[in-house]
Amino acid sequence: MAEVSILIGGKAGFGIDKSGTILSFIVNSLGYNVYTYRDYPSIIRGGHTFSIIRAARERISSHRSAVDYILALNQDAVALHKDRIKESSVIIYDADNVKCDGVCPVKNAVGIFVSGILKEEAAPEIMRNTCIIGAFSGVAGIEWSIVERVLRKEISRDIEINIRVARRGYDKVKALTAIAPVNNRTLPLITGSEAMGLGFLKAGLDTYIAYPMTPASPLLHFLAAEAENFSVKVIHPESEIAVMLMALGFSYCGESVAVGTSGGGFCLMTEGLSLSGMADLPVVIVLGQRPGPSTGLPTYTSQTELNFALNAGQGEFARFVTAPTDAEDSYYWAAVSLNISKRFRIPSILLTDKTICEGLFNFDIDSIKEIRPETPPASVFPPNKGTVIKVNSYEHDEYGITTEDPAETVRMQDKRLLKMKSLAEELEKYETVKCRGKNNSDTAILCWGSNGPVCEDVASSLNLKVVSPAVLSPFPLNAFKAALKGVKNIISVENNATGQLRSLVNSYGIKVDQEILKYDGRPFSVDELEGLVKSKLSA
Amino acid sequence: MINLATNAQNTWCTGCGNFAILSAIKSVLQSMAEDGFPLENVVLVSGIGCHAKIVDYINVNSFYSLHGRVVPVAEAIKLSRSNVRVIGFSGDGDSYGEGMEHLIFAAKRNIDITMIIHNNRVYGLTTGQYTPTSPLGFKGRSTPFGSKELPINPLEVMLAGGATFLARGTSHGLELLKKIFKEAILHKGFSLVDVLQVCVTFDNLYEYYDKRIYEPPAHDPSDRTAAAAMIREWDYDNDSKIPLGIIYKKDAGTFDERFKPQEKAVDRDAKIREYLERRI
Repeated sequence: MAEVSILIGGKAGFGIDKSGTILSFIVNSLGYNVYTYRDYPSIIRGGHTFSIIRAARERISSHRSAVDYILALNQDAVALHKDRIKESSVIIYDADNVKCDGVCPVKNAVGIFVSGILKEEAAPEIMRNTCIIGAFSGVAGIEWSIVERVLRKEISRDIEINIRVARRGYDKVKALTAIAPVNNRTLPLITGSEAMGLGFLKAGLDTYIAYPMTPASPLLHFLAAEAENFSVKVIHPESEIAVMLMALGFSYCGESVAVGTSGGGFCLMTEGLSLSGMADLPVVIVLGQRPGPSTGLPTYTSQTELNFALNAGQGEFARFVTAPTDAEDSYYWAAVSLNISKRFRIPSILLTDKTICEGLFNFDIDSIKEIRPETPPASVFPPNKGTVIKVNSYEHDEYGITTEDPAETVRMQDKRLLKMKSLAEELEKYETVKCRGKNNSDTAILCWGSNGPVCEDVASSLNLKVVSPAVLSPFPLNAFKAALKGVKNIISVENNATGQLRSLVNSYGIKVDQEILKYDGRPFSVDELEGLVKSKLSA
Repeated sequence: MINLATNAQNTWCTGCGNFAILSAIKSVLQSMAEDGFPLENVVLVSGIGCHAKIVDYINVNSFYSLHGRVVPVAEAIKLSRSNVRVIGFSGDGDSYGEGMEHLIFAAKRNIDITMIIHNNRVYGLTTGQYTPTSPLGFKGRSTPFGSKELPINPLEVMLAGGATFLARGTSHGLELLKKIFKEAILHKGFSLVDVLQVCVTFDNLYEYYDKRIYEPPAHDPSDRTAAAAMIREWDYDNDSKIPLGIIYKKDAGTFDERFKPQEKAVDRDAKIREYLERRI
């Protein structure tokens, strides 16, 4: 089997998310590369939650719409996903809660009466999904020892009952369509949030500060859980305003500091962002985008904050803005951002979204360029005997004393903006624009951030080139132009309604020929995007 | 004597109550230095407003922050450097208005910082509007027919919030200010001094205060009930007598001391690999 996609769906609050993770580790253990997409509403109980686990022989970081297995814990898991079902799909369902006869248009549907099993094992309702995971593993011919190992690793509470319930499901079924193990090196499976956090830790993060906000909260949770292990301070204060100003206080003392939020929280951080620019105080901001305006769709994905990240904050000051594409890229640019901020004493913004923050990716640390924590030259921080260190939000002289002198004002403004020039020079050492796919194709897909992997998948099947700028400020114009050499047709792909990257490159005189926009809060699936790109190619 | 002056030109109005605060804090810093406390271990933080210029006038480490944002910066500096004494200067518009949320959380955390509030009950730098502590009916440029709301009693808010050192002084009482500032700075935990600092240009209350202020002779700051009564004696609106001095003082655990010091020896590369092994 070259690749397989598995959907597990049920009511929110019934452990669907955890089950998705367990299934991901099970297929990962078979040697497949895995990417998992999670879809859940902004509520704690009720509503429909699902995860799609895609496993392939090649490295992938995107999902497909069509699935090979559906694990249905409720009727919605079948009813809401009719378009994903193929005749060859196998549906494994909780027969006490799902009616499949005449509803499931597939050859193979396997119903398990879970209630009876739970009763006999004296297991709680929450274990319905464990039973279905067991049944799925049996149907897919997966060795029991793998299932048991993953369950023991991922579940801490009532593990023995969970194992028994899973085994009952496993034994109830016969193997139908085996997912054969493949002979790949098994890579760790982590979320984009964990990858970013590890990147920060690698580059010497001292303190992380955040107020909870989807989709940036998992990064806060990860770092808080690992705070003692890695000896890093993690603080959750009263508001995003406090987050940002605290960050600058730590930065003043010479600490490596990062903060995380989404658009609404970033709104509150902008006065502090501008202060970072004025007072030369380094800070890295993780900006997890979600559909807006305002509260929007909190638990869904979008790429709507590119303009905001590039322009937020009063006044004119240098900033470093990146948009990683997957987990390995997030690790790398998180670490680079911390170093760049420290070296140039400027704010950095890491643009990400729910697709990356909450998606599960394979992670090969050995494939990432080594990064060491930056030691800034000759910096002194308080307390330092014999030195008075003053920072100031007002225009100030080199001692940090307020000034309104016109010549001094110009001198200081020029000094701050000069950083953008030196930074642009420094960035020539980095791969600021990713160029993937078929290099000599005269059609290129232009994308950024989380659309990178799905565009690469589409490009490889349609023989196209993919160009995605990893750095967005300062804009790497030379590298971007070089990447587009020989390209006659540019198709841009973005998860927003106005084509923010398209507008940005247009301001540098580069015309995008065709545009694909999606702003329903859901990421592109490979098959969906392939269809859209094909229709543009034949237009 | 250490020279604490800078080259900055002082731009406060003649007769401004801020001079008393500047003079008192300089004198306290001098005496701390004489007691052997290295002044490089002091960081001053200010907000935006006339009060905030104070950091330009003292040759000590400082962070000239944003309006209402003295507290989060001060908290972070303390959390980063436990051996540093952080003294925040803030106005009534600054910390009782825009930054009140931070102030309440700092009190709740009992973080070991000192806040000195230049409470002149009027916006000076923006040329005369009512503030959170202006009396009902205050005629300012944004309330020409009189403000329509009662003032808050900031000390009452702070006591409820969990502050462990509260005091009040005036800009017509230099010796008392020196005494209070020193005790507030040496106090372990969150301390706040409300200074009735007079703005001679927009709300000259020197005479008003001189007639009403007094120091209760037998007040015991460890008595919370007595402290609450002393705080309620004047509500910033009525024309009652105004008690001054150290109002409340309590020993309690602090937020900053609950953080473990960072271990620089941690092998992060090894820990990252260990973490990834757990994710297979």
